[in-house]
Amino acid sequence: MAESVAALRGAVVRYPGRRPIGPVDLAVAPGEIVAVIGASGAGKSTLLRLLAGLERPVEGAAVPGPARRVAFVFQAPTLMPWASTLANVALPLELAGTPRREARARARAAAALAAVGLGDRLTARPRQLSGGMAMRASLARALVVEPELLLLDEPFAALDSVTRRRLIEDLHRLWAGRAPRPAIVFVTHDVDEAVYLAGRSIVLDAASGRVASGHAHPGDLPRPAGWRADPAFRLAAERLAEALAAAMPAAETAL
Amino acid sequence: MSRILPPLLLALALLAVWEIACRALAVPAYFLPPPSAIAAALVQGAPVLAGSAWQTFRMALQALAVACGLGGGLALAVSLSRPAERALHPLAVALQVTPVVAIAPLVMIWSGLDHPDRAVTALAAAVAFFPVFSGVLAGLKSADPDLERLFDLYGASPLQRLWRLRLPAALPFILEGLRVAAGLAVIGAVVAEFVSGSGATQGLAWRLLEAGNRLRTADMLAALACLMAMGLTLNAVIGALERAVRARLG
Repeated sequence: MAESVAALRGAVVRYPGRRPIGPVDLAVAPGEIVAVIGASGAGKSTLLRLLAGLERPVEGAAVPGPARRVAFVFQAPTLMPWASTLANVALPLELAGTPRREARARARAAAALAAVGLGDRLTARPRQLSGGMAMRASLARALVVEPELLLLDEPFAALDSVTRRRLIEDLHRLWAGRAPRPAIVFVTHDVDEAVYLAGRSIVLDAASGRVASGHAHPGDLPRPAGWRADPAFRLAAERLAEALAAAMPAAETAL
Repeated sequence: MSRILPPLLLALALLAVWEIACRALAVPAYFLPPPSAIAAALVQGAPVLAGSAWQTFRMALQALAVACGLGGGLALAVSLSRPAERALHPLAVALQVTPVVAIAPLVMIWSGLDHPDRAVTALAAAVAFFPVFSGVLAGLKSADPDLERLFDLYGASPLQRLWRLRLPAALPFILEGLRVAAGLAVIGAVVAEFVSGSGATQGLAWRLLEAGNRLRTADMLAALACLMAMGLTLNAVIGALERAVRARLG
């Protein structure tokens, strides 16, 4: 395997009044898509923040790879309500000191790529966008830095199923269309989404916050049309669902 | 129009009842003058009242400016450091809960007995300080934590974070604090003027006291009406500002 884009080595995080999360080992290879799945509170978001360097482990290490162009998409679009959509997309560039005009031009390009139909709404305020559009703007803001590592924290959880599927297809298209392809780590609690979107999944154990199991998914990315009906997809999703159930807290599986 | 009309009608109706009751019951003018007498007092005393109103308004406005500078500046400094916030917050609360009337005599001494207007400004500023301070501080800390993380991730400088994230997020809170502070500054100025008890300030509170001493109740109520109008005007100006900002912030 080539050198990883980011890696966790025995990383442990402690929050006051909660059991520690980890130790977690995870290496993200360049250009791969990894799904992180587990019960709420298992430490999925923490894992992403460790990879992003937004949080430091109290034990072990979070090792930034050679690539440090990292982008983050949160569960909510997390746009600044007082700024135009274009200004939101351009934010990472402007914070990095890119001259305003160049930043806005590149933001326009990223938005055109990530968000079909957003083009004429770039001057609109975020609250004037639909949920799906706002999420696309959030994705465009992540892509504008041309990340080598893209971290997604349940980005589609709040969307309806049609919008969600479209965004997943678009994410695959954007990923495949870039050279080199960015590595993507995304958190979800949807088994189908994990199998469809990612090359492999890791299941976090709810009780220990460690990696309970890893699962390589069959088939190539991006997925061919109608792949959700493929028996290979169904089987992989079923296996992952079983592994997830085994990693759930005892109280929830007993119900 | 339909929003202005009902309260206006109610006010007119109340004034009419008041006028009729005063005449019908032959209430003595020193006890409760009818609205027509107050209106006459307003017209007659207009030059003096205008001067006094301007004086009170000026002191309240100066106090508001001082409170904004100190409260806003301190909140800004404190928002950058958690230990500083822990250290300062109890002091700010202590200032808030101390009755301004109680510290007034002290401030009178400190500001020099021949400068009662300074004392009034200082006291009104002390009253207006807390809503500005707490409004700015709460506002600066109100930004979406995920947006804060985004600014971390993209390596924002403290100045960029303040200017592009925290201040815009704080604006509604700041304006709310300002609205409360403006009202309190007028109240503080009047109370401080009462306590100073000298005619040197020549504000509306002094007009009230003076008219009261002479049992000229209509003049008292005229001064009171001026204070009310001043409060309403300030409130309306800041309310308009709030609406403009809210429309702009989307």
